[in-house]
Formats: sequence, structure tokens, C-alpha cells
Amino acid sequence: MVDPKAAAAVHSGHDPIKHTTSPYVTGTSVLGVTYRDGVLLAADTLGSYGSTKRYKSFERLCKVNDQTIIGAGGELSDFQYILTLLEELSNEDFCADDDAKLSPKEIYAYLSRVLYNRRSKMDPLWNSLVVGGVQDGKPFLGTITMLGVHYSDDHIATGFGQMLARPLFRERHRPDMSEEEATQLLHEGLRVCYYRDKQTTNKFQIAKVTTEGTTISEPFALETKWDYKAFVNPGALAMGTW
Amino acid sequence: MFRNQYDQDVVTWSPQGRIHQIEYAMEAVKQGSAVVGLKSKTHVVLASIKRTSAELGAFQRKLFKIDDHVGIGASGLISDGRSISRFLRNECLSHRFVFEQPIQVSRLVRDLADRAQVATQRSWKRPYGVGILSAGYDKTGSHLYYNCPSGAYYDYKAMAIGARSQAAKTYLERNFEEFAGADVDALLQHSLKALSASVTEDELSADNTAVALVGQGTPFTILEGDALKPYLAALKADEDVPPPGDGEGEMAEATDAAASAGEPAAPEEGAPAAEGPAPMED
Repeated sequence: MVDPKAAAAVHSGHDPIKHTTSPYVTGTSVLGVTYRDGVLLAADTLGSYGSTKRYKSFERLCKVNDQTIIGAGGELSDFQYILTLLEELSNEDFCADDDAKLSPKEIYAYLSRVLYNRRSKMDPLWNSLVVGGVQDGKPFLGTITMLGVHYSDDHIATGFGQMLARPLFRERHRPDMSEEEATQLLHEGLRVCYYRDKQTTNKFQIAKVTTEGTTISEPFALETKWDYKAFVNPGALAMGTW
Repeated sequence: MFRNQYDQDVVTWSPQGRIHQIEYAMEAVKQGSAVVGLKSKTHVVLASIKRTSAELGAFQRKLFKIDDHVGIGASGLISDGRSISRFLRNECLSHRFVFEQPIQVSRLVRDLADRAQVATQRSWKRPYGVGILSAGYDKTGSHLYYNCPSGAYYDYKAMAIGARSQAAKTYLERNFEEFAGADVDALLQHSLKALSASVTEDELSADNTAVALVGQGTPFTILEGDALKPYLAALKADEDVPPPGDGEGEMAEATDAAASAGEPAAPEEGAPAAEGPAPMED
């Protein structure tokens, strides 16, 4: 059926207003932990088109500046738009040439304002964001949802990771972990996500931010083991399923 | 009636390559009473002389708090200065709203300069008739800027603007090397000494003077009235030290006396100013 308002808008030479009512190409969980020297973020590299593994090398972890990294799940085109916003801010810092760069907390505050503003227009940016950084020598880790809800914590996971990886973090995370321990913990979190979240692929990246700066790892795969009894016959202990 | 045929509006150049309306606006800055600013590594101080229109009138304030970390002193058309205050306060507020951090002082004065410049390039506008000294402290340290009606802005260690400010500038130029490492009280005394060089008829009093302070761990604070009296008393005590005589030996003694009065020695203090009216800016 033709929407009369939309039709009228087309006739008067204006496009009808278009809002995102559902995401198309999506990323799944982003995990993050603080540790002794900074923050680590982890995510896979899949861009799903519905259930199709459409883009297998989409990098969802990005550097914002020397002290800040960001990771995103949800609509990946919206994430690319968010990156252009941050790029504009970084350009402004460069042009001002006054040695002042946006701090992780400022970027976190800015993004929460942007996402809340867009949801208030009923036109949300369909993302869950994780911001990691080092500010005044201390690690900072925060997350923002598509509704503008935001909080910071010592360990964070978005989407399915909230159910799958976060319990592991709660058990094993310590703020004074070494980089190796923190990486190990993230690997465990990623592996569980890969086992139980069908939107996850076995191709991951880990981004690191310390007072020394940022690095984002090359994509890597994790060892998996599929011959657990529960995996061989998952319905054995669950009545009514197969 | 007119000085020349090229000064009627701000968008017309004179054949000499000047825009007279901007120059007149800069003259307006010199007609306001003096404002002095100076900074150490951690703090910035502004000092101003307030005028009164009549015996029964109050003294007009010319220092304005913009945010916890920045404030301004205005010389010239104070009504323009108040309008600028409102603009700057709004900028600070919206920056805090978006980023949850105070704005960089350098970005704030750049925004003001951009605004002032636009007023020099539109036929339906006029330049601001006010000079603004901005004092602020942020994550890149202490800052003192001067915003000119032309839209230019300058970064200073120490600066004085307004009527007879040349005398204050002379004081600042002779003493600025002490400022970087000075403590807050020393900065305040320097600001008052510099300001007093720009006063002719009266002397500095708790009524006609206001100073402001901002820096590390110190939100922008204006000291005037009773709060200023101890500082003026210290200034007076310092001035009452016997003036230096002819011989160099006596000069050194006077300097020692100044030092023992709890103030950093200022060897050439009072030399130009004490000899009579300070030179006017041309």
C-alpha cells in the first residue's frame, strides 16, 4: 500500500524521511578488559547480513587517537558514520595545533551524547560501542548502547558477550592483571562466544591501548575443540529438544 | 566632520591599505580603564581599575567569570564585553555538556576571535569596541590571551590594555622574568604594582580595584572590596619603603628592604612611574 504522506513528499520534490528501523549488516559482541598497563578490546571480524556470513574481514576495532580505541557491534554502516564523526574531531584537534587531544572520557561522553540525540529523533545509530583508553595514567573502559545508555566498568562485553563472556570476567578479572593474563582471559571469552553465538566467526582481533600508544593485532584464529560430550549430543540432557 | 572619506564603513579599504573602522574600534579599547594580566606556570592573575560615572554611582565591573577555569577582563565598551561574556559562557557550557570536560582556553579564545573577525567583514555589522584579556587554566597549563576588535588574538606572558596601559606594560616588561616561578601572592602584588603605574589622579583603593585569580586547584575568583584590602595594604607597605636615592649603594639597600618586607625584590620598581604622569599611548 502506498503511504500517502510518503507519496506527497515525493511529489513535492522532497524525499520521505527515512529512519533505521532495523539493522542490515551487523557485528556481534565486543569484549573489553582493563589490566595493569591499560585496556584490551577484542572482537571478531564478521559482518553478518542477517544470518549470512557476508563480510568475513570487517575490522570492528579502530584507533581514535594515541590514547583511545573504540570497538563496535550492531549496524556496521552506522559505525562507519561514527568513525567519520570522530575523524572530524581529530582533524579539529590537529588544526588547532595546541597539543590538546580528545581524552578517552571526552570521546565516551561525546558518543553517548550523539547516540542519545539520535535515539531521541527516533532515528537511532544502531550500535553498541566500547571505548577504551588511558587517561592520566589510568585505564578507562566504557560502553554505550544505541539508546544512549552508558556506563564504565573494569570489564565490559556487549550483546551476546554480556551473557557468555561477562560471567568469566566476573570470576577471573583483576585490575592488576598482566597483559598476558588479560589476553588469556579475552581468548577464553572469545572462544565461548564462538562456541555459542552463531554470529561469531573464528577470526578475531585484539586492540591494546597503554600509555605507550595503541596497537591493533592482525586477525587470528583460536584453537577449538568440538568433541565435548555435550557438543556431540547436545539434546541428551535436555528433554524435548534434539 | 569626517576624518577622511574612507572611514564610513567597515568593508571599505583606504588607498593606504587600512580599514579605519577597525582602527577606531581599537582606539575604543584604549579609552577604557586599564586591565593588567600576568601568569606564572600554574596561575594567572587579572587586575583592573573600575570607573564610576558620578560621585554617587557604583564602580563599573569589568572582570567577568566565564567558567570555573577561565575568566576575562574587558577594556573599552563594557556593554560589548558583557555580550562577549554571554557568548563565552554559552560556549563553555555547551562544551561541558557534550564532552563533560572544561573547554581548552585556546579553543575558547579562537572561537571569540572568529566571531570578532566576522564583524569586520560584514557591511551590516560593526567590530566589537572592546579588548578582552582572557585568563585560564586547563590541561595544557596556564594561559593569558588578548583578543583585539580586529579579530586577531595574541598569547602573552603578561599584558596590559586600556588607558595609560603603557606604564603598566613598562612595569611588566621589566619584571616578567620573575613571573613564571612566582607564587600566587607574588603574582597578585605584581599585578597591583603594574596597575598602580597606570593610575594618575587617585590611587588604588578597595572600591576602584578588582583582581581575579585562576590556576591549578584554584577556580576563577574575583577579589574586590574587603577581600582586596590585605593585598592593597601589602602594596602600600611595599611602596612606603624609602625610595632609592642617587648612589647605587642606597639603591641596593632599598632593594633589600623590599625583600625583607616579604615581597620579591623589584630593583627598578617605580622608576618610570614615580617620576610623574605615565606616558599615554598615542
